[in-house]
Amino acid sequence: MADHVHLEYVVEGDNFVSAGSATESVKACLKGMGVKPEDVRRVAISMYEGEINMVIHANGGKATADIYMDKVVITLADTGKGIADIELAMKPGYSTATDDVRSLGFGAGMGLPNMKKYADECLIESTVGVGTKVTLVTKFSA
Amino acid sequence: MKISQIAQILEGTFVTGEELSDREVYSACGSDMMSDVLAYVKDQGVLITGLCNPQVIRTAEMMDMLCIVFVRGKTPTPEMVELAKQRNIVLITSPRRMFSACGKLYSAGLQSGAF
Repeated sequence: MADHVHLEYVVEGDNFVSAGSATESVKACLKGMGVKPEDVRRVAISMYEGEINMVIHANGGKATADIYMDKVVITLADTGKGIADIELAMKPGYSTATDDVRSLGFGAGMGLPNMKKYADECLIESTVGVGTKVTLVTKFSA
Repeated sequence: MKISQIAQILEGTFVTGEELSDREVYSACGSDMMSDVLAYVKDQGVLITGLCNPQVIRTAEMMDMLCIVFVRGKTPTPEMVELAKQRNIVLITSPRRMFSACGKLYSAGLQSGAF
């Protein structure tokens, strides 16, 4: 038996109807595995923000979830334009989102801060012109 | 408070999920900004919003919400209704504005789960 569950998704860029479907699938899987609702929600919030970011800023990308007994590791990798100043992007309220995105209820500059707030570990690697990879680790509460 | 009471207080119309209107909810959140819902909401059963797009349904699902009230007479699209149906989320549309909708529900005893 495998020691963990591996899930993979293709996230479509600029599709605001399907945005969030990868996260919903991971959420359903965690729920089905009996993970506590609070933990499931923490994973869902941070992954959803990351997924929305890929849809908005990076023309989509690939998402993976590796679910272990005690934690889940989410990666969100894109080949978008990259983040020039990660520290600035982490600042609550800082956003480069367009008015179109704001009209969807996002683009308030809360995406990265929310990811950091809800995940136990949040690693952002980015190269301008190459892409961004976000790794989110959420440990399940005892 | 039952979802049916919410609809009644807000003179709302069920768009979908009327059969689930017996469900109890204990707190609510009013926001047009989905990132704020994700940032601040803790265990809230009802989302009151003037925003009307599929991401509202997705956000409610992420937060395990049971019911969404669209204020200012906003009507969800068929696409949104379908998403809500699949997730057993009740959709209500109300002619009330955000401020009065929240005020009426708060006065009637519905709490804000987080401050």
